Amino acid sequence: MAGELASPTPALRGSARRTAALRLLRRRLIQAVPLMLGVVVINFCLIQMAPGSFLELMTAENQVSDPATVALLRKTYGLEDPVWMQLLKYIWALLHFDFGFSYRQNMPVIQAIWIHLPATILLMVSSITLAVSVGVAAGVVASMKVRTFWDSLVSVGAMFFYAAPSFWLGIMLIVLFSVKLGWLPVGGMMKIGGSGGALDILHHLILPTLALGLFYAAIYTRVMRSSMLEVAQADFVRTARAKGLSRNKVTIHHVLRNALLPVVTILGVQMGTVLAGSVVIESVFSWPGVGSLLFDSVSSRNYPVVLGIMVLGSLVVIAANIAVDLIYMWLDPRIEIR
Amino acid sequence: MAALPLEVRNLRTTLFTRRGEMKAVDGLSLTVGAGETVAIVGESGCGKSLSALSIMRLLPDPPARIVGGEVKLNGRDIVALREEDMLDIRGKEIGMIFQDPISSLNPVATVEKQIVEVLMTHTDLGRGQARVRAHELLELVGMPDAARRLDAYPHQLSGGMCQRVVIAMAIACSPSVLIADEPTTALDVTVQAQVLALLKKLQADAGMAMIFITHDLGVVAETADRVVVMYAGRKVEEASVDDLFENPLHPYTVGLIGATPIPGAERAERLADIPGMVPPLNALPEGCAFAPRCTRVMDRCLAEKPDLTVPGPGRLVACFAAEGA
Repeated sequence: MAGELASPTPALRGSARRTAALRLLRRRLIQAVPLMLGVVVINFCLIQMAPGSFLELMTAENQVSDPATVALLRKTYGLEDPVWMQLLKYIWALLHFDFGFSYRQNMPVIQAIWIHLPATILLMVSSITLAVSVGVAAGVVASMKVRTFWDSLVSVGAMFFYAAPSFWLGIMLIVLFSVKLGWLPVGGMMKIGGSGGALDILHHLILPTLALGLFYAAIYTRVMRSSMLEVAQADFVRTARAKGLSRNKVTIHHVLRNALLPVVTILGVQMGTVLAGSVVIESVFSWPGVGSLLFDSVSSRNYPVVLGIMVLGSLVVIAANIAVDLIYMWLDPRIEIR
Repeated sequence: MAALPLEVRNLRTTLFTRRGEMKAVDGLSLTVGAGETVAIVGESGCGKSLSALSIMRLLPDPPARIVGGEVKLNGRDIVALREEDMLDIRGKEIGMIFQDPISSLNPVATVEKQIVEVLMTHTDLGRGQARVRAHELLELVGMPDAARRLDAYPHQLSGGMCQRVVIAMAIACSPSVLIADEPTTALDVTVQAQVLALLKKLQADAGMAMIFITHDLGVVAETADRVVVMYAGRKVEEASVDDLFENPLHPYTVGLIGATPIPGAERAERLADIPGMVPPLNALPEGCAFAPRCTRVMDRCLAEKPDLTVPGPGRLVACFAAEGA
């Protein structure tokens, strides 16, 4: 037995895996603290480097020229302090969930973002769901029908949606489905004067979801297809066939789950770009989310809001990455805590 | 007389590639009786594994396809069977064990799940009964601490333990034929001996016919009743294991035996080797494929291929020089 005693490790049972998942969660949360600090400092400095200040626009828009009023405003918004002091004050405020005040909405920044957040989360979740389900399904079909008409069709489709810029795709979808066919609304999140029933929102959600999600669906299709083809060559797939399992069973029970791993990896990396992409799509479709708010705030030099969105956006991306890590761990038992 | 568990007659498997057709298995015939072990030996690329995959009908297609011959399993020719019918045969009537045990198991499924799967495919057992049976099978193949290993994933087991799991899956439905394709090559020497002993015991208990593919003549001497020597897709010699080691007839067999270290033998000379390499299948010489490397090559060997002849009871050899001797 000597040779066999060399490497056995106790099997990770269900409860042991849960403990391991909690350990991973704790580790990632601790790692997130310095990461967030870095995000705040860098973004704060970037905003400082941006030309002009919101005060100039604010005073110009409101026709304020009285130096005493301007000075008072500078004092109110803490612009008299040196930059490093402003940064420290900002970090201190953040620790109390105080993101500053937005003069444009006349409410605290956190509240302005909070109002817009659900729309963006909804759009992101629906787009990622679309991208993963369509991408995985199309990739599996293409790999099972490799080098046939269906494979080519999927590949051409994936190439098209990968190459099409999302703002252009969004406009084309509007032209086709809203203007020509009249099936779907041009933009917005609910009917004007509507109460925002679930069906109404879903109706408005379709086009922005397609415009944002199909690009990622194209990526997952291609990754999934090649991953499926690669795993299909593995020794354990031959073992499964030697057991007398049908091709479909082998594909679903043995190839698919192993082939999903690279898709999950990419999903984690792309969380941030999905959020960035939603800024463009929200503008095209007048979707009342954080992206629209960011666009408005940049145009109006409403820097406290811009900074707040960047910080909160980073937080969302970090949270999404932790979720992806947990999914990865659930899919692949070989992942142990490092 | 009842049909033999496995009868292969004139099996021909060809690789269809861009560089032309290659006869990977060229007219292989062999029979394996119940409880008998037939070893197929030869260097890498001689067609051993493709012969086994042909019998399983698991050839990578493209490029490989069976182009002729028959494979009779308990009297029934399976070469022409539809894929749906093969599903009932693989894992049930023929079991197969592979070379690299760790990569032969699905890394994201537990041991139990992988054994239960084959049981539920071929038997009427419910999930609960299949689990109990999986535990019994693990104990049968000598898995230490079997109950705990059911929940393990392959990466948590050693190579030897993984091979025991693969063996448990292969014998789960009591197949009449077991094909072992280099089952010990990837294992440590101490574990090799255990796995060989296990296979022999399981075979004796169940009376399985076994094909044992290897390039290790030491393993052959320990396990096989009869030996088939292959070279470049053809059978060049067949004999009982005793005859083969005592009196090898084909110069290739002589070379293989000469290249095997014998423990305890005097360190008189260095191990012999066979000069040259197995020729690529798309560039086989016109005559005997072994002629370019042969120590006893004659003019005739370069011009025509030798057929199998019967030099004695229970023996076959394809060599002009051996005939003349």
